[in-house]
Amino acid sequence: MIKRKAAVSIRECAACGCCMKICPKRAITIHKGIYANVNKDLCVGCGLCAKECPASIITLEVTEQ
Amino acid sequence: MKQKKKWYDFLWIVSLSYLILGFFNILFAWLGLLCFFIPLIIAIAGGNKAYCNKFCGRGQLFSLIGGRFGLSRKKDIPKWLKSAWFRYGFLIFFFVMFFMMLWNTYLVFAGTKDLNTAVTLLWTFRLPWRWAYHGTLFSDGVAQFAFGFYSVMLTSTVLGLFTMVLCKPRSWCVYCPMGTMTQLICKAKHVTSSRKK
Repeated sequence: MIKRKAAVSIRECAACGCCMKICPKRAITIHKGIYANVNKDLCVGCGLCAKECPASIITLEVTEQ
Repeated sequence: MKQKKKWYDFLWIVSLSYLILGFFNILFAWLGLLCFFIPLIIAIAGGNKAYCNKFCGRGQLFSLIGGRFGLSRKKDIPKWLKSAWFRYGFLIFFFVMFFMMLWNTYLVFAGTKDLNTAVTLLWTFRLPWRWAYHGTLFSDGVAQFAFGFYSVMLTSTVLGLFTMVLCKPRSWCVYCPMGTMTQLICKAKHVTSSRKK
């Protein structure tokens, strides 16, 4: 089945935590204060984080499962 | 599923009060040092950006005004604004201006310079701010630091509001010098801790 999951451009991430705050599934954590990490098992691909991200560096990527 | 609000979700009230207090008595500007030391202590001791992620009242204020009240175009920020060279360059620029402010304060403490009761906006515009000065118990330098520090805080708020309106509500977080600095500390800490293993 094709699913969409949030993917973060780690290099550009400022680790501000806006995505973590908005995620309704609490699928995002800030890894050691360096970048946002998406738990792909919890992510439902709603896209709220991508919309919220002030740097617009989160995209929804299609993954096969 | 709406997450329950925690006590720290209301820290925007503190940030707003800080800005307002500076209009009444400039000495309140000293309280702003908390916004400098708390994130640094959290990053150095805890190795995370919990300050940005949870406690930053300014970020909350921007997401409230830009998000909830809709005073933001919610457009993507320009690419250069999120580039590494701009983020680190802005941090260095901020540091240089900060040390110049400290030097100015020192000169007033040393008695070489007279107290200047103005708030400098965007490092250029001198706004007369005499009404918020009611004397100080100690040296004039104490007040000079307050004027200087409040200038830093007001300038960054104005810049943040500007990018909030033009881009996304919390665009300031992308190039916030404190955020860049705490992220660097976390990176450095992570490198050294992973070497130890």
